[in-house]
Amino acid sequence: MRHLLILGAGTAGTMLANRLRRALDHDEWRVIVVDRDDDHVYQPGLLEVVFGHREPGQLVRSRSAQIADGVSVVKGEIDRVDTDARTVHLADGRHLSYDQLVIATGTSPHPEETPGMDGALWRRSVHEFYTLEGARALRDALDGFRSGRLVVHVTEMPIKCPIAPLEFALMAESELREQGLRDAVEITYVTPLSGAFTRPIASARLGHLLEERGITVEPDFVVERVDEDASALVSYDERSVPFDLLVTVPLNKGADFLARSGLGDDLNYVPVDPQTFLARGHDDVWAIGDASDIPTSKAGSVAHFSVEIFVPNFLEHIAGRRMTHSFDGHANCFIESGHGKALLIDFNYDVEPLPGKYPVPGVGPMTLLDESRMNHFSKQSFSWIYWNVLLPGRPIPLPSAMSMAGKHATEATP
Amino acid sequence: MTTTQSTTTTIGGHTVHVDQEGFLTDPDEWDPQLGEALAQQIGIALGPDHRTVIAFARADYTERGESPTLRRVSTGADVPVKTLFELFPGKPAKKIAYVAGLPKPRGCV
Ligand SMILES: Cc1cc2nc3c(=O)[nH]c(=O)nc-3n(C[C@H](O)[C@H](O)[C@H](O)COP(=O)(O)OP(=O)(O)OC[C@H]3O[C@@H](n4cnc5c(N)ncnc54)[C@H](O)[C@@H]3O)c2cc1C
Repeated sequence: MRHLLILGAGTAGTMLANRLRRALDHDEWRVIVVDRDDDHVYQPGLLEVVFGHREPGQLVRSRSAQIADGVSVVKGEIDRVDTDARTVHLADGRHLSYDQLVIATGTSPHPEETPGMDGALWRRSVHEFYTLEGARALRDALDGFRSGRLVVHVTEMPIKCPIAPLEFALMAESELREQGLRDAVEITYVTPLSGAFTRPIASARLGHLLEERGITVEPDFVVERVDEDASALVSYDERSVPFDLLVTVPLNKGADFLARSGLGDDLNYVPVDPQTFLARGHDDVWAIGDASDIPTSKAGSVAHFSVEIFVPNFLEHIAGRRMTHSFDGHANCFIESGHGKALLIDFNYDVEPLPGKYPVPGVGPMTLLDESRMNHFSKQSFSWIYWNVLLPGRPIPLPSAMSMAGKHATEATP
Repeated sequence: MTTTQSTTTTIGGHTVHVDQEGFLTDPDEWDPQLGEALAQQIGIALGPDHRTVIAFARADYTERGESPTLRRVSTGADVPVKTLFELFPGKPAKKIAYVAGLPKPRGCV
């Protein structure tokens, strides 16, 4: 009996376990997943908690309940991988051996990496929304926020769901306007990038949207510390951005055990071949989802498209055949922009996010890179799709390789 | 689209291929002399600390095929980020890549 061990039962680990359990012979392969707890959080819903549209409890379901029968679920903190001995050590002393190992332990916020960030102001006037606890605390802080300087901040790239802070800024602006408080609040978007987003065309469009909403962008800002006495962000080149309420995305890092195991880069992401997800220098270790270093967005949609390619490749690989499927870095994200509208962006390793219609060229119903109500409803219904279609690994009618049909590439060529 | 368009230009007597923003598109066209000339273009006079950083960036690019991030340069060349901002003011990661003859850092997605 061979062992497939999957570390992490979040979005990627769950989808993969369910898909591979169906694809692998039960007499030949045992599938085991490890996670530290049984609380699977629907992360795209965190912003809805922040704005009081959903209760925190509505985002959480049992992890093991999302995983197919026939997959063994182990609850424990992963401490170290010994790739020579093909063994994973858990913090409580247990160990698990494997023939093939998939790392799907994601990425998480680390406020302690920025001096002053998680000090006296933490969860008082300095907030984050990448955890359930943080989203709840920010919701309460926003309730009491009636005037002053709201600063939305990204510490360092990459972060998961890179559009989430933009989305927060747009939604907060819209919310404040509805409450008649907009004039009493100054909103600044502080980013280490040279513009609103990473890719030029999307950056220009999104930058324009921020401008329309009267949100000032402070670009190329590499934060050195939070000055607790002055309540200000301070950059390495000595710029200072004062705040009354700071909403930051702290440094995102992969799991610590990857560094201990010699499997991580400088931010604990696993270097992989971006087409196949096989960890560099290994033929029995893979990384999928936010845990890998592939140069595309860290997003649930990417994890989903990745699994589509991963499964057939994995089957070829264990059969000793050459892998014939190749991932193109396909990502798509909805951006809630407030007022019941949302934008959709779609891109991959080589192709910029472009305006157009998705998934049916010319028709939609979703509009790429433009605000529409249809996009908003699609984002709303996504939660149902997440739990009922994506995680169980049922087929969904979206092509995993990105399609250029329906997009207006002409606008892209400068 | 992101396919790099390059044109030729002459910097400090060297004819090289550059992209629209002046980043070299072929790192092999670089040599230390050209590095000095590129630095001059952006108002930097290279000293020993600059050269250490440039050497690291080029070695790292050879190994990984990607221009290093600020964090990577700082840990890899063992130079504090603060110092990198003093050496290459404003946008250090971009300026390092520019002077080292590497592609513009892709700005993580
Ligand atoms: C605010 C926010 C909004 C988002 N919005 C969107 C969106 O609209 N669309 C979209 O596509 N994506 C969105 N995302 C991103 C999406 O949620 C993630 O990209 C996706 O969940 C990644 O899946 P993953 O399996 O790689 O990681 P995760 O789902 O985070 O799973 C990692 C798992 O590993 C476990 N783990 C880690 N370390 C250990 C250890 N040492 N021992 C044991 N277990 C461990 C964790 O407990 C966790 O369950 C959003 C994210 C956030 C934070």
